[in-house]
Amino acid sequence: MAIVEISCVEVWREISNYVESDISAELRERMNAHFKTCAHCTAILNGTRNVIELVGDGRVFQLPEGFSTRLYQKLQKRP
Amino acid sequence: MKNPADAEEVAQEAVLKAFSNLCRFRAESKFSTWLLQITYNEARMKIRKDRRHLYESIDGQSENENGDFWPTDYADWRPIPSELLEQKEVRKAIQDAINSLSPNHREVLVLRDLQHLSMKEITTILGISEASVKCRLQRARLVLRESLAPGLDGFWGRGEPYRKVRPW
Repeated sequence: MAIVEISCVEVWREISNYVESDISAELRERMNAHFKTCAHCTAILNGTRNVIELVGDGRVFQLPEGFSTRLYQKLQKRP
Repeated sequence: MKNPADAEEVAQEAVLKAFSNLCRFRAESKFSTWLLQITYNEARMKIRKDRRHLYESIDGQSENENGDFWPTDYADWRPIPSELLEQKEVRKAIQDAINSLSPNHREVLVLRDLQHLSMKEITTILGISEASVKCRLQRARLVLRESLAPGLDGFWGRGEPYRKVRPW
């Protein structure tokens, strides 16, 4: 059976759910078919994946130096 | 919190508050979810106290903010080598991009993509529906992609040779 085409706007609306694998098999198939022919949406998919990878890397946000010591001091001072 | 000193104050106050209220923890959720819930409440209280005029933008359901966001930059990224994150300026670029998001979008992105919490945990902490979390997450990721995309500075569009406008 032929795959029902999907527009770029519909793809953008679902791209986050696509990355999360939180879409139906039918929608995934339609989006996969779209990515094969649409360089713009493929770029956005790759960029979205890059964003998730970058944000998720533990090195981006690290506790400031001395945080634990200061917290420990506050815990000791508490009534 | 955009200010590191405020962020530390909120984080430490949240730990102190959790410590003092340990007997109230009912194990209905994971301890980390409970602690994050306290932390988010502390952060909201601090922001309200310091900047009352932002009250609406923190809790309000702005139509614009929750509407669709469509990309305008289609630059494809080269794969980013993980070791680039050792560079301070790369981390700073990502931190600035996250800080530029609205509070509603920043909090879902941080909880999901930074803290790797489940949808259920996020709905518990923020007290919003799963549909709202997904909607905000979709927008947050696309906005962030747009602000970090290598072609955003316009060199691609102007036909000029690619200049290294991002640290990667």
